[in-house]
Amino acid sequence: MHLNYTPEEESFRAEVRAFLATELPPEIRDRVRGSRRLDKEDILRWQRTLYGRGWGAGMWPKRFGGADWSVFQQYIFDEECAAAGAPMQLPFAIKMVAPVLMTFGSAAQQEYFLPRILSGEHWWCQGYSEPGSGSDLASLRTAAVRDGDHYVVSGQKTWNTYGQYADWIFCLVRTQTAGRPQEGISFLLVDMQTPGVSVRPIITLDGEHEINDIFFDNVRVPVSNRVGEENRGWTYAKFLLGHERTNTAGIGNCKRALARLKQMALTSSANGRPLWADTRFRDRIARVELELTALEITNLRVLSAMSQGSKAPGPEVSALKIKGSEIIQELVELQMHALGPAAIPYLSDSPTTGQYFNLRKTTIYAGSTEIQKNIIAKLVLGL
Amino acid sequence: MDFRYTDEQLALQDTLRRWIARDYDFERRRAFAASPLGYSDAAWASYADLGLLALPIPEAFGGLGGNAVDTMAVMELVGEGLLLEPYLSTVVLCGGLLREAASKSMQDALLPQIAAGKLQLALAAYEAAGRYDLAHVACRAEKQGELWRLRGRKNVVLDAPSANYLLVSARSGGATTDADGVSLFLVPRDAEGLRVLAYPTQSGSRAGDVQLDDVTVKADALIGAPGQALGILERAVDGASAALCAEALGIVLALNQATLSYLKSRKQFGVPIGTFQALQHRMADMYIAAEQIRSMAIVAAVNADVEDAAVRRRAISGAKAYIGQAARFVGQQAVQLHGAMGIVDELNVSHYFKRLTLIDLTFGDADFHLARYSDSPPGALDGR
Repeated sequence: MHLNYTPEEESFRAEVRAFLATELPPEIRDRVRGSRRLDKEDILRWQRTLYGRGWGAGMWPKRFGGADWSVFQQYIFDEECAAAGAPMQLPFAIKMVAPVLMTFGSAAQQEYFLPRILSGEHWWCQGYSEPGSGSDLASLRTAAVRDGDHYVVSGQKTWNTYGQYADWIFCLVRTQTAGRPQEGISFLLVDMQTPGVSVRPIITLDGEHEINDIFFDNVRVPVSNRVGEENRGWTYAKFLLGHERTNTAGIGNCKRALARLKQMALTSSANGRPLWADTRFRDRIARVELELTALEITNLRVLSAMSQGSKAPGPEVSALKIKGSEIIQELVELQMHALGPAAIPYLSDSPTTGQYFNLRKTTIYAGSTEIQKNIIAKLVLGL
Repeated sequence: MDFRYTDEQLALQDTLRRWIARDYDFERRRAFAASPLGYSDAAWASYADLGLLALPIPEAFGGLGGNAVDTMAVMELVGEGLLLEPYLSTVVLCGGLLREAASKSMQDALLPQIAAGKLQLALAAYEAAGRYDLAHVACRAEKQGELWRLRGRKNVVLDAPSANYLLVSARSGGATTDADGVSLFLVPRDAEGLRVLAYPTQSGSRAGDVQLDDVTVKADALIGAPGQALGILERAVDGASAALCAEALGIVLALNQATLSYLKSRKQFGVPIGTFQALQHRMADMYIAAEQIRSMAIVAAVNADVEDAAVRRRAISGAKAYIGQAARFVGQQAVQLHGAMGIVDELNVSHYFKRLTLIDLTFGDADFHLARYSDSPPGALDGR
């Protein structure tokens, strides 16, 4: 038992660090470090930079243009990116639809879509949730009716992140109403420019436009854009969720937030002393730091088990999702309290309070905390 | 990075687990706790046979030269088996202290005896007014020619009644809470002027308050330099705290297993109570806590042998603080989920709960260690 990285892993870390030192644009870094929102061009610019280095999707197999990174390499990469202030790559294309295409997609789908994901040419978004289908995803009702070589899709998707930027959306649609709800679902790829697709912004509690409703009004989608078999979409969706959760703890992100919190406490003044001198406040930092320390090791234990066995993580990642989402919420809440009354103004250059409001989403999205506990109870504990 | 025990550590755990099942089941344990000694002499002999007593002792002194992770592997089973013998006091705490700080001649005289199971020791360091502060030493040590004369009182000395020797901290200089001036002595428990006021602890083992009325020891009873023992004591207690973290892990895992079985077998309203979502979510929280506790017990173990005192202290205090509160959660919930069965003496659940509670109260509770952690420098400010 030891907690040391191998010499190869350490040299990989040095390589990533050197790359970030020269290639990360300072204006993007400052925005990330200041918890400011990135625009579409920031995110695409960074993806193109990574693509140029051969790191457009490090975890992907080499034959699809990836770098065949181990889980530890990906972890080191994420950690260094977070520390340097580089944006986290969005998961929808690289970590969600791509693994589904690699595993269940046709050769034509793989050849067309995967290179365009790597280069950033295609921005993908996710069409899962519906107004009536949240945690109970299998109850979804968006219908795809076969008409010759096309499906005609009608319905509504919601809580769709960055749909306003997206070129493509991957959707779960209902292709059969008989039988168990899970058995009539198919996995469709839809061009956002297709007639009948419309996007309506949803403004969240922080006043931001991050998520959307997506409406499908008799949208004609070629059958060749279905992934895998008809009515087998639920299997692919579950596969996807497993991949979505591989970096669910967000350790690097939490560490950056912790560092920012400590900086704020050390530099902000309370009655003529730094806030850091207030042991009540410092103890709150200490508690969340210890929770994060424990989670970092728990996460590394899961990665270690993955690297010794299969790459797909088991249901124990639900624990990482629960803890990681709670920790980032707590860290940003403490940042807000470090600001004190300065957290009150609603101004574009003081994003912390808005971020606190925004991050309530983390215990709700991608399987709420309560759903994750159901998963643990059923699949880990056998209850 | 590797989080697995070695094959040898796993084999040792396996052997220990089978020995517990055969010779140390819960009913036997109750009898040992109720006996005058408070533990089993025969079990102590088995510890020696199994190599547990020799484990962390250097090979030069008849030991196996094990490290803190070996100790973690053993302590996990000490927790699981609710073992009562003074392993922590004799082997981990005092054995570790002698290994790091005693003279060669004292090591020659004591360490092989410990490894062979012929000698037990206890650490008499804490005083009532000092709570968990090792620097708070009012007990006096005066040099008189070739002798040291000790006078004062030590409180809640774990495993003192059965110890052959006590390691006693006493002040040879400075004021009561100064870091400098603390000296450490090896004192036979039957020394003239030394009295142990013995009592059982809440978790079934034995302890006592130690009264020292002009106890005299020779100059060679001094461990380390005069007045410079605080660092020695802190290092040994850090190592023992890491071991307690592992013991807590063993208990938490056992409690979770017991609670999960109970949720699956206990029926109310015609169904197993584990079908109720309120209880499922509580059990999920206990599972998550156990995973986090294991991680922190690992942090403690891999840092227990670190030379840099500031690094070691931050890691161990962080782990002890975390486990103190997380294990308290698991212990209380295990009792709660067992319903009234959780509060009876005849089921092991209450005994696990009590031992977890005492682990938190030993060598500094969660608040004490959180303060130590929180008062240390802020650490990385670049997110690494």
